[in-house]
Amino acid sequence: MHLLEVKNLHVEVDGKKILNGLDLSIGSGSVHALMGPNGSGKSTLAHVLAGKADYVVTQGEVLLDGEDILALPPEERAAKGLFLAFQYPLEIPGVATMTFLRTALNAQRKQRGEDELSTPEFLKRVRAVAGKLGIEQEMLRRGVNVGFSGGEKKRNEILQMALLQPRLCVLDETDSGLDIDALKIVADGVNALRSPERAFIVITHYQRLLNYIVPDVVHVLSRGRIVKTGDKELALDLEATGYAQYQEEMA
Amino acid sequence: MNAEVRPIKTAAETALATSFAAVKRALPGPAAVGALREDAFRRFETEGLPHRRVEEWKYTDLRALMREAKPLAGLPDAAAKDRAKAALATLAAVDARRIVFVDGTLVPELSDLDRLEAGLTIRSMAQALAAGDRDLLAHLGRLVPTDDVAVALNTAFMGDGALIHVAPGAALAQPIHLVFVNAGGEAVAIFARSLVVIEDGARAMLLESHVGCSDASEHQVNAVLELKVGDAAHVDHVKITGEGAGALHVSTLMAAVGAHARFNEFLFTTGGGIVRNQAFVRFGGEGTVAGIRGATLLKGRQHADTTLVAEHAAAECTSREVFKSVLDDEGRSVFQGKIIVCPRAQKTDAKMATHALLLSDTAEADNKPELEIFADDVQCGHGATSGALDQELLFYLKARGIPAKEAEALLIQAFVGEAVEGIEHAGLRDALIDRVVAWLKARE
Repeated sequence: MHLLEVKNLHVEVDGKKILNGLDLSIGSGSVHALMGPNGSGKSTLAHVLAGKADYVVTQGEVLLDGEDILALPPEERAAKGLFLAFQYPLEIPGVATMTFLRTALNAQRKQRGEDELSTPEFLKRVRAVAGKLGIEQEMLRRGVNVGFSGGEKKRNEILQMALLQPRLCVLDETDSGLDIDALKIVADGVNALRSPERAFIVITHYQRLLNYIVPDVVHVLSRGRIVKTGDKELALDLEATGYAQYQEEMA
Repeated sequence: MNAEVRPIKTAAETALATSFAAVKRALPGPAAVGALREDAFRRFETEGLPHRRVEEWKYTDLRALMREAKPLAGLPDAAAKDRAKAALATLAAVDARRIVFVDGTLVPELSDLDRLEAGLTIRSMAQALAAGDRDLLAHLGRLVPTDDVAVALNTAFMGDGALIHVAPGAALAQPIHLVFVNAGGEAVAIFARSLVVIEDGARAMLLESHVGCSDASEHQVNAVLELKVGDAAHVDHVKITGEGAGALHVSTLMAAVGAHARFNEFLFTTGGGIVRNQAFVRFGGEGTVAGIRGATLLKGRQHADTTLVAEHAAAECTSREVFKSVLDDEGRSVFQGKIIVCPRAQKTDAKMATHALLLSDTAEADNKPELEIFADDVQCGHGATSGALDQELLFYLKARGIPAKEAEALLIQAFVGEAVEGIEHAGLRDALIDRVVAWLKARE
């Protein structure tokens, strides 16, 4: 069984069709890159998977471990192992990053019927992953993402991912706004999490990120459907030729 | 005709007049105090209960809201004192010297009146009034003079309260906690009057809690606290309004703050059916730094009005005003905040912010910030917002596995936290956060 199966997914936002019969199957242990021009539906897919309101699924299914998750609220999907790394991580003044991490981790554990983590165990885990990502303890005491640079916000997303240990990670344009050093730190963080029990959907405009997070499969999305699937060479071809040919194919 | 038309007295106004005539001779104090009472009551009779056409009371029409005047509270009996004990658990986590008033009367056996720290004096207001204490009369009603009708009514009927003096330079290690308990018997009217004088260079922290033994009790409280903060003194005052939803609670703080002082005021309101918290603060000396903050959490049909006048009468004072309200169901909050900068108050730095978070479609927030600036070299500003919880933030939290109610609670707590963080005393800050958490839990 695939970890994730998206079948004939049709999605509207404000009455406008964004996804038009999208099919996607992802097996555990693999990294899929999702590329495509602006407006092709990449971020919509990410948000629909995570369960954002205002996205109306008119047809199709999304199965996680064979279970349809479309009727589940976002928090239950998260507890089942789905993680969306936001393109624009939000700032939450007044909620310390530590409190946020701990509340999230324990809420997920509770939903899965697991015990809450003890404070020392929690701190140990946070310190371990924060250290690898170069996140200072001082940042963890601040409000979530408050006063963080673009790169720090993205690193904080990876920190959350590393701590929550999801099975399906959706990275929505994680490379946007990052300089090359920050990009490497983020990519290293992602690569460290690659495992046979986990899969990734890496959404990006640019091939550059895929030099650092090397995908097993590359999909091209256009007008709400996957129009081409290949290996990592496909991303290099796209870098050379652009997306125009795929948009014309649809026209 | 341009004669002022006074409508016929309401039932409450008539009852107050009857009551005053009946009890005035029995109220504590010699002739000088009696004259103060008579003057004050005449002021009330001229104005009547304040109503919506009086600008300061526009959003809290006391004439309409106060249907009747409850009888004046008598001395608490043993049963009332017993019931009051249960309510004393309030803020038990904060180590403080407790002074307990049951139905407005000081109850020594429930209070910590022994072993006072050096420089601290605590007396019963009723006893000091009865004795015609000269020091008391020198201050009473004179720290921040006002013609406010609620204060006039309090002066006319004032009974007991706390009379506290902290000597120059005395640094009190332990906070003083004035606990006003309504014992929840027959609905009564309570007119509490307190005067606290913190002399130059002294350090004191004053807590003031108003609690009720019964949620349904329709008692009426009119509490006045006059506070003198001496030069270079450091004073915190935290008032907690936590009575039952049946209570009508009107309270006034009149604070005169000296030079180079530090003064922090905090108004925390979760209780009461109709609440009006007035704070008249006057910065009379240079170089003082002050924070005037508050948090109001309302549900059901609660109505809470915070009316603040901060007068910068001297140069180079800094004040920060931050008020937050969280409104569920048909809760309604009113914030009227006015900063006055007098002509000589150059280099004033004053910033006022008021924010309301509406959790339901039927809640209402009225925010009225005002600046009156008569000096030309100042930095003053104000901001007011009201809105619902941010759906994008909620989604972010939920996408991390945090259930909707918990995510809302986290955001609401953060919203209120911005004001509560202004409280310097860590234990009290935590105690108030706990109360916010408890309020949020009760929503679920």
